[in-house]
Amino acid sequence: MVSEITPELVRHLGVLARIQLSDEEVERLTGQLDVIVDNIAKVSQVATPDIPATSHPIALENIFRADEVGETLTREQALSNAPDAADGRFRVTAILGEEQ
Amino acid sequence: MTDLTRLSAAALADKLAAGEVSSVDATQAHLDRIAEVDGDVHAFLHVSDHALAVAADIDRRRAAGESLGALAGVPLAIKDVLVTTDMPSTSGSKILEGYMSPFDATVVARSRAAGLVPLGKTNMDEFAMGSSTEHSAYGPTRNPWDLDRIPGGSGGGSAAAVAAFEAPLALGSDTGGSIRQPAHVTGTVGLKPTYGGVSRYGAIALASSLDQVGPVTRTVLDAGLLHDVIGGHDPHDSTSLAEAWPSFADAAREGARGDVLKGLKVGVIAELPDSGFQPGVSASFRAALATMEAHGAEIVEISAPHFEYGVAAYYLVLPAEASSNLAKFDSVRFGLRVTPHANSTVEEVMAATRDAGFGDEVKRRIILGTYALSAGYYDAYYGSAQKVRTLIQRDFDAAFTQVDVIATPSAPTTAFKLGEKIDDPLQMYLNDVTTIPANLAGVPGISIPSGLAEEDGLPVGIQFLAPAREDARLYRVGAALEAALVDSWGGPLLDRAPVVGTRGGVR
Repeated sequence: MVSEITPELVRHLGVLARIQLSDEEVERLTGQLDVIVDNIAKVSQVATPDIPATSHPIALENIFRADEVGETLTREQALSNAPDAADGRFRVTAILGEEQ
Repeated sequence: MTDLTRLSAAALADKLAAGEVSSVDATQAHLDRIAEVDGDVHAFLHVSDHALAVAADIDRRRAAGESLGALAGVPLAIKDVLVTTDMPSTSGSKILEGYMSPFDATVVARSRAAGLVPLGKTNMDEFAMGSSTEHSAYGPTRNPWDLDRIPGGSGGGSAAAVAAFEAPLALGSDTGGSIRQPAHVTGTVGLKPTYGGVSRYGAIALASSLDQVGPVTRTVLDAGLLHDVIGGHDPHDSTSLAEAWPSFADAAREGARGDVLKGLKVGVIAELPDSGFQPGVSASFRAALATMEAHGAEIVEISAPHFEYGVAAYYLVLPAEASSNLAKFDSVRFGLRVTPHANSTVEEVMAATRDAGFGDEVKRRIILGTYALSAGYYDAYYGSAQKVRTLIQRDFDAAFTQVDVIATPSAPTTAFKLGEKIDDPLQMYLNDVTTIPANLAGVPGISIPSGLAEEDGLPVGIQFLAPAREDARLYRVGAALEAALVDSWGGPLLDRAPVVGTRGGVR
């Protein structure tokens, strides 16, 4: 597989990941990711269709518990690290911009 | 008077139990040592301002006749990836600067309950992404063997703290080698438990299917003692295994008697030729194997044909999981908030915050993970990487039908110079080639000192891997080889480390 890392793709990935990358960062990441992706793409050489995927190293079963209130944070604890809070809630800036 | 900082945790615990020394004395000795050397080493991001009060309470309880844990009163350093209620927890990142957790990580809570005395929080690569601690937002840690060299990573702070005698014990976390590779480059001991053997609750997640918390110490017995404190099922971690574990300290004591090497089958991997390693690393590894043979072990060549794909699979699985785990740093509930202008929308604030708060390596891996998970690439990258995990597990399964443990050098080279690989991320990633397969397969691994490399006089570690759930085997084998090597050296390897602490002062 030929890697297709372009500055446009990196900028788009930054939007998806909610990171406001500068032009200088986009340029640097494009070159670095190109080299890295070229190297790691070799996983597809051995990953043939007959091999099952492993998402988790030790087989897991679903864990059930009684539907009872356990240990929880108080509202004060939950808000104690908030950058901004008001009326017992997290406060953020506008959800929608003017053009939206 | 004995220098209390030079004692193993086990020896210090014996003196505490016998009433020969107090926990206040032991804690003060380590705080003094931190003040003396941490300006040079920079193992700690935060030193507790109430460790002496905690120690005094242990002394009071002991004097009152209370039954205390085996390690009660022994100081402990805690990797900053583990959240603590009484000290900031940053995971080495600016985005969490000053963060005070409302709860303790389970391993921290268990350490406190066992009477261990938290000394402080140790430095690490940001969010545990790195092999050198150079990616810490708070400046690198330096290797006590040579202050111009890396202490390994991501847990370089924990390893350097025990290597520089600033703490007898430390907690680490290992996602791709972050406990074992720092042990290798600092002449210390580190063990990554079986996945699920130790709770991850309160360990700030990097890659949830790979992360494991484990002990960082100077001796195998000390690692077993700490593992006994932190291990076992935790209802707060749904991936934590429910089974009862044997005492790992007992396993280490049994191993130190030496008989376990007799007839032990030790696998060496044909596809991981040590010709590719630094000559001194390879020579130290071969010498350690010869010592094992001399004590009755049998060296068997095994095949693990898919290990060479391990690094590639890891650098797809890890960024994919990390990009998801780190989405929580959104400027809303905790951590940094950067507001670019008065009318910024919450989305603009998030993007500006994450650009300002994350370092280069974190951004690199989030972008890589976002790419690997994006439509059109998922099957080729993330899907294939998950298949490689299956293939590596099969390699382990086949190998462990032939041998009891697998041995490798813990890393390809001794400690490299600070700055040497910082601009070449791929070279930094390839440094993890020996440690990554254990995380991908969930099996336990230990690194113990095997000697010094002849060309640079720096420490080398040997890694042992065992089947999942067989952590006790690693303690037996590790302690057996440790006993044989320390005997042949005439003392612990760290006795030969240069003395740090001439410049002094906490930075």
